[in-house]
Amino acid sequence: MSLLEVENIIVDLPTPRGMLRAVDGVDLTLEAGKTLGVVGESGSGKTMLSRAILQLLPRKAKLSGAIRFDGQDMTRIPAETLRKLRAKSVAVVFQDPMTSLNPVLTIGTQLTETMREHLGVSQSEAISRGIALLAEVGIPSPEQRMGNYPHQLSGGMRQRVAIAIALSCAPKLLIADEPTTALDVTVQAQILDLLAREQRSRHMAMMLITHDLGVVAGRTDEVAVMYAGRVVERAPTRELFHHMRMPYTAALLAALPKLDAPPHTRLPAIGGRPPDPINPPPGCAFAPRCIYADPGCDNAKPPLSAPDARSHQFACIKPLPVAA
Amino acid sequence: MTALLDIQNIVVEFPVGNRVVQAVTRVSLAVQRGETLGLVGESGCGKSTLGRAVLQLYQPQSGAVLFDGQDLTKLAPPAMRKMRQRLQMIFQDPIASLNPRRRVGDIVAEPLIIAGVTDAAERTRRVRAVLTEVGLDPDITMARLPHEFSGGQCQRISIARALILEPELIVCDEPVSALDVSIRAQIVNLLEDMKDRYGLTLLFIAHDLAVVKAVSDRVAVMYLGRICEIAPTETLFRTPAHPYTRLLLDAIPMPDPDIRPVEGVAVGEPPSPIAPPSGCRFRTRCPRAADRCAVDMPELTALPGGQMVACHFPLQ
Amino acid sequence: MAAVKRRTGLLFWCALGWITLVLLAAIVADVLPIPSPTDMDIFARRKGPSMAHLLGTDSLGRDVLARLIYGARISLSVGLLAPVIGLSIGGGLGLLAGYFRGRFETFVTGGVDVVLAFPPLILAMAVTAYLGQSIMNLTLVLGFLGIPAFTRVARAATLTFSAREFVTAARALGAGHARIILKELLPNVALPLGAFFLLGVAVTIVVEGALSFLGLGVPPPAPSWGVMIGEGRESLEMAPALAFLPAIVMFLTVLSFNLVGDTLRALTDPRQGAL
Repeated sequence: MSLLEVENIIVDLPTPRGMLRAVDGVDLTLEAGKTLGVVGESGSGKTMLSRAILQLLPRKAKLSGAIRFDGQDMTRIPAETLRKLRAKSVAVVFQDPMTSLNPVLTIGTQLTETMREHLGVSQSEAISRGIALLAEVGIPSPEQRMGNYPHQLSGGMRQRVAIAIALSCAPKLLIADEPTTALDVTVQAQILDLLAREQRSRHMAMMLITHDLGVVAGRTDEVAVMYAGRVVERAPTRELFHHMRMPYTAALLAALPKLDAPPHTRLPAIGGRPPDPINPPPGCAFAPRCIYADPGCDNAKPPLSAPDARSHQFACIKPLPVAA
Repeated sequence: MTALLDIQNIVVEFPVGNRVVQAVTRVSLAVQRGETLGLVGESGCGKSTLGRAVLQLYQPQSGAVLFDGQDLTKLAPPAMRKMRQRLQMIFQDPIASLNPRRRVGDIVAEPLIIAGVTDAAERTRRVRAVLTEVGLDPDITMARLPHEFSGGQCQRISIARALILEPELIVCDEPVSALDVSIRAQIVNLLEDMKDRYGLTLLFIAHDLAVVKAVSDRVAVMYLGRICEIAPTETLFRTPAHPYTRLLLDAIPMPDPDIRPVEGVAVGEPPSPIAPPSGCRFRTRCPRAADRCAVDMPELTALPGGQMVACHFPLQ
Repeated sequence: MAAVKRRTGLLFWCALGWITLVLLAAIVADVLPIPSPTDMDIFARRKGPSMAHLLGTDSLGRDVLARLIYGARISLSVGLLAPVIGLSIGGGLGLLAGYFRGRFETFVTGGVDVVLAFPPLILAMAVTAYLGQSIMNLTLVLGFLGIPAFTRVARAATLTFSAREFVTAARALGAGHARIILKELLPNVALPLGAFFLLGVAVTIVVEGALSFLGLGVPPPAPSWGVMIGEGRESLEMAPALAFLPAIVMFLTVLSFNLVGDTLRALTDPRQGAL
């Protein structure tokens, strides 16, 4: 049994223009202690998928499918059990620590509050654990920082605090939703290092959600690429980068400017733009932008399957050839 | 060859509470006609402020901004307004940089109205031409409001507005940072095409080194209001001389699973610009810092091959 | 348009209908087949509804329906005109203060604080005492008192929009101050101001009623809803309808303006407008 099993998740969001299918039948599994990268552009459904797993969807959203965490179906358990589960087993780090931290409470209060409630430790115990956590996530003079408010810290330090809070109840799964997008590149490197270190030392599973293929390349065991609400390719990280089968993944990688290319090298851009999620095309959602597409691609959505290698799934009827 | 844009010893200060923050400290830069100069640095380093000071959107405390030989800081308002037709700007947030209550046709025509083109038919003709140029269909775009378009399309509209007066210099302030990867490449290519088509000179401000590398002939690196290093693009990426440039390059996450990210490349965060460190501003994070760095502020000095670095102990 | 419909609902249209009805009645009052609102009939005092007097008569034998309709004329004209004064002066000051900042802004916000600190009742009494009691003076007083609120709304909206890059873009293009204020800022600030205007109308109608009730508002015998409530109070035991009818009409009108204002504000909220 895997730590996390997501089965045929569908998330529908009502909008003034009609029903928007944000997540369109996603299956995922994540083993304990492993890191899964979820890569997608804006509107690909990656954030809604993480919200569905956390049961933090907007009130009006409609969810179907099963989400099993440690064997328990998160969609069926009562709210109280879910709240406990969310704090102790699944933790989350959001993109913007300025909005995920409460501006009127000190860091110490926010850090100790969760531990006291969910672990039932005493105030002094929570404080000493909190200080140790702050030290662990690389915050200098943690005793003093406990009394600070979020706005007194830099963006990178705030994200470290958010990570410390997420780790405070020793979760089995950490969902990091674009944890470094709001940060500068040198700070991003530090935060990614920190997440990787904690993930390894705590033997914690991690879901790293990002739009940046560079972020997942060196730091994940497996990668799932999302497009228009669906997982379109999923494979162990090295396999995925070396033998891309789905044209979208390959095009996304090719569209990135390369550091080793000379200046003024023309970028192989992907034409067009993602489909309207309210009126999606009947066939492959990427077909209108795909240079390999033929009329057959517009007939039906290709299922995610692994015809060649068991661990390498892709949703394409005209996949790129297996590289030698 | 004289530079089209020659920034000389510019200082920009802002009042913060009852103190003064120096966002840009004695920066000098020259951009040759037809060149793209990339300006990189992390948030708060003053790169955007510098770009806006070029367009006189901020009044520099001292220094000069020579454009085609004329000092923009000394131009009288009417002369400056005339000069603005030759200098344009593209912003980071494509949606916020377009007035949500005005139609795209009016937004793109605005520079013409300000420049005194009174013939409405002539304006419409030019708006249609420039919209087509940036890859938009004038028939379906002109009558719509900006929120009906995606981020990438809004950035195309912004570019059309910047191009319609056929300027000589465009300051691009993080023009692709807010866009998705697949759209980013389209806009980068469009800017390159437009540069060739209109013979533009670009000051390209960004925090993403890979994007800067793709478009720039030379690159300047900024840290806490000062220039650390300026070099031809290939040189800067192959043999960075400033430890900060090295750090920036090492911190980029590479989309290649065979390159294991080196852990611990970066330490600390940029100090507050309200109280910058004495001497070299990078010394608090620099692995090579010595006593001298705390006392002496290093000035830009030339290395062979057109590279300039402000460091007492340059790499290589 | 479909999006607008989905977010408004039946209540909004009822409110709009009521406002239209009251406005129309007030406008065409002279040609309506109703008795004069000031003609007294000493022998038909506090009569119940009849064919001659659809809503009965008041303590001086005047037709209640006619007084309500002519009262709407006064209540609404004061209620609409006073916020127009606030909107034009306050809105203008707020826009300029938010755009130019600096010393002018300090001066305007200081002025606003002074006006807000001045007790409104004292001002109304002082004006009536020195300039006499008239609808014109009442409108001016209420308009003046509304200026600070409009200034604040306009200034806050202007500050938000001035920070947006499209304003910087206009400056970079060389647009003058007037052009930026009129073309870039005004269309954006107008929407929150317009919504606030409707709330202003509602508040003014209530305040006008209160002042008239206290005898500081519309001079008798002219009917306004406040005056009618005041007069009705004297015969509350014998004919409670005389006070309650104008109160209900005022209540419905104020509620309608508030509802319409709230809905319009929600519609123009940029967060929802982005959808």
